[in-house]
Amino acid sequence: MLFLELFCVFFKIGLFGFGGGYAMLSMIQAEVVTSNHWLTSSQFADIVAISQSTPGPIGINSATYSGYISVVNEGYPAIVGILGSLIATVAVVLPSFLLVLLVLKILNHYREHPLTKTIFAALRPTVVGLLLAAVIVLMTKDNFGSVTDTPWQFCVSVFLFLAAFVGTFFYKVHPIRMIILCGLAGFLLYS
Amino acid sequence: MKGNFYLQGFLTFLKIGLFTIGGGYAMIPLIEREVVERRQWLSKEEFLDLMSLSQMLPGVFAVNFSIYIGHRLRGFRGSLALAAGIVVPSFVIILLIAMFFQAFAGNQVVEAIFKGIRPAVVALIAVPCIQLGRVAHITLATAFFPILVAVIIAIAGVSPVYVIIAVAVGAYCYGRFFKEG
Repeated sequence: MLFLELFCVFFKIGLFGFGGGYAMLSMIQAEVVTSNHWLTSSQFADIVAISQSTPGPIGINSATYSGYISVVNEGYPAIVGILGSLIATVAVVLPSFLLVLLVLKILNHYREHPLTKTIFAALRPTVVGLLLAAVIVLMTKDNFGSVTDTPWQFCVSVFLFLAAFVGTFFYKVHPIRMIILCGLAGFLLYS
Repeated sequence: MKGNFYLQGFLTFLKIGLFTIGGGYAMIPLIEREVVERRQWLSKEEFLDLMSLSQMLPGVFAVNFSIYIGHRLRGFRGSLALAAGIVVPSFVIILLIAMFFQAFAGNQVVEAIFKGIRPAVVALIAVPCIQLGRVAHITLATAFFPILVAVIIAIAGVSPVYVIIAVAVGAYCYGRFFKEG
């Protein structure tokens, strides 16, 4: 049952994942964390960090990782987890194949059509909203600590968030370097 | 020669998948070098054409792109060979990490490192959000739309899938009944 759900969820993500890897991440988060509770918010943040720092497309990385972790979180052994990651990865790729076979010719014909352009012009700001939603949903106690219970972690987290934002946005620091630096900061400040 | 293509294509895309960090868009220059310059499978124009098509359609960009290139060259089997090349390295590496990571779950040092990384990840998603907003020409006056979308998803808990369908249908109706008159 879990495997069928896993397949359906990632098929849906592959089918409606407009706007590249990050938009897909916000969709994975909505499905896997918010509605199905297969992963915690922290585990999702870990997936994003790992997907960013390893080779390959982020959509594939996160599908493979979520597939494995969500099955193992349900109490299955590691070998079944491999099956979970295989199902999630195949499911996220499958719509692309179907779209090539079924829609490519039609879309190729209509891509300059004003209606097609109107639809894609409307989807672009929607994707911006999707990313904004991911940012809001990830700002949790799990990821930042709490002001009252763990004030030290909260202050460090806010600082690291601002530093990572300023570093990557204004100073164009590479995201992988940023992840490594913040991991180092975590190591020094928390352990 | 034809039998060679599938293996050659698979290995070429395997190499691309293995050596690009940072997502699908980082693969574009590598794919271009291999497919256009080295192997001369496609002209520069065809390459750009397939690229814009891959960006239009939903799904993982790099996978879409390899499917279209493969399909253009050798039909369905070609698309299967190239897409497998892109997916396999990512799949194997992530699976190993996931298994390794799960074994280290609860480790104090690993937990400390990721406690530092998690808030940074949120910032790393905020950056492309703003960049994409610029590309989509969003101003203070039009910012209500992505904000509304974010509220519907993050606070009302509606799945992004339904939001995308609603926007696409809405845009279709708008274009069909208002713009065309």
